[in-house]
Amino acid sequence: MQRLTAVLYPLATLAVVLLAWHFSVTYFKVPDYILTTPGAVFRTLVSVFQDGTIWRHIGYTVAATLIGYAIGSALALVLGALLAESRTFEKFVYPLLVAIQATPKVALAPLILVWFGFGLASKVVLVVLICFFPLFINTIVGIRRVDPDLIDACRAFSASRWYIFRHVKLPAASGDIFAGLQIGVSLALIGTVVGELVSSEAGLGYLIGSAAVNLNVSTMFAGVILLAAFGVAGAQTVRWLHRKIVFWEAAGGADTQARS
Amino acid sequence: MTAAPLLQARAVSVSYQTRRGSIDALREVDLAVGEGEFVTILGPSGCGKSTLLKLAAGLLTPTLGQVEVGGVPVEGPSRDIGVAFQKPTLLPWRTVLDNVLLPSETAGASGAEAERRARELLDLVGLRDFAGNYPNELSGGMQQRVGLARMLQRDPRLLLMDEPFAALDAMTREALTLELQRIWMRDRKSVLFITHSIPEAVMLSDRVLVMSARPGRVVEDFKVDIPRPRTMATLAEPAFTAAADHLRRHFIG
Repeated sequence: MQRLTAVLYPLATLAVVLLAWHFSVTYFKVPDYILTTPGAVFRTLVSVFQDGTIWRHIGYTVAATLIGYAIGSALALVLGALLAESRTFEKFVYPLLVAIQATPKVALAPLILVWFGFGLASKVVLVVLICFFPLFINTIVGIRRVDPDLIDACRAFSASRWYIFRHVKLPAASGDIFAGLQIGVSLALIGTVVGELVSSEAGLGYLIGSAAVNLNVSTMFAGVILLAAFGVAGAQTVRWLHRKIVFWEAAGGADTQARS
Repeated sequence: MTAAPLLQARAVSVSYQTRRGSIDALREVDLAVGEGEFVTILGPSGCGKSTLLKLAAGLLTPTLGQVEVGGVPVEGPSRDIGVAFQKPTLLPWRTVLDNVLLPSETAGASGAEAERRARELLDLVGLRDFAGNYPNELSGGMQQRVGLARMLQRDPRLLLMDEPFAALDAMTREALTLELQRIWMRDRKSVLFITHSIPEAVMLSDRVLVMSARPGRVVEDFKVDIPRPRTMATLAEPAFTAAADHLRRHFIG
């Protein structure tokens, strides 16, 4: 019953919003280059799937996001772990990374497009940059705050430094790591869309950008709805993995505080 | 004492550097635990008891003096030593069985034989049916039992226990004290046990070393002459009360 209402209540809110949207457009006779009805958006969505033109854009956006997210997360995990374990490495790299972190990465989008071209590569680079930091910082914090008594106990049983890293620190930090991955998913999608909006050859951001030039509001909304769907799907997947993998932290998932 | 003691500390001092200068945690402590002997260090909080145990476990090196196990200077953690801590310090992502197997794993000796041993020890501490559970599914007392099994897994020559029952409620604590005696009497390993509970010290020990407050020094070496196995009834015996009263005098005033 609770599960049912958890689905029904937000759907009811959505229905009210859609109705209000529909009737205000028809009642105030809003011109369709400003705002169209939800029905028109839905028809556009159906037609782009029927004629198949949308798949190229979906494929482009999903590919850029996933490749960038994978590379950015892998880099953040490896560098974060290295930095947490090595004070020397920390001294050389950390101040610079903090400086880069303070820079809004989307401001680099035009420069990255100049360097990496207008194809997929520039979007991937932007995604890597943007989803790197939350996970990087969370990995360091997670590894650094492992209970020292737990480490001492394993040391007393002659555990090697690698053993302690692999079997104590990494699992203990996994809650924080997943919190970083969670933030990274939504940031990755933002990175792709910003890159596609600035300049691209395909992708949902590109679709929205070119529809805006033609004042095609239905297509713009269709693009936004698809992006929202992918954002939710990505976040839910990471949340599900979080609960499956970090099973011993009962409160894991949505409530985990991220520090970044 | 005829044979050389298994654990020996000679004039061991430990001092910590702080911003306000150095603090002495231990000052010239001498200590010997013989083969098969149960020795307890009894002292107030902050007297450096745990520091002494960390020295013996090889987790800490003394500022001055030397610690030897089996005649060899301690230079780091050793596989001859099993340790149990005040906190259970179990890995929450591992089952009870896999936690007990940890010392075998770090020794590169995991396998069917190690698992057989671990299951036998879980049986010994009364947790046979919990091998597949995770630590957070167990009570505090049960988690400490897992810690005891883990300590015994590699069949070490010397056992070090740092207030293993201090965080438990009084009833669980009494039950586990008796249980520890039973487990110890099975193969009489050398034990260095740390506590601030006088009844626990008298109940378990062959000898009780009383430590003073910081800087920690051994102020008395007290032999407990009460026959084993000691039981709940022992608590009411005159010999027990006399021993406890004698030890308590160190901590009054």
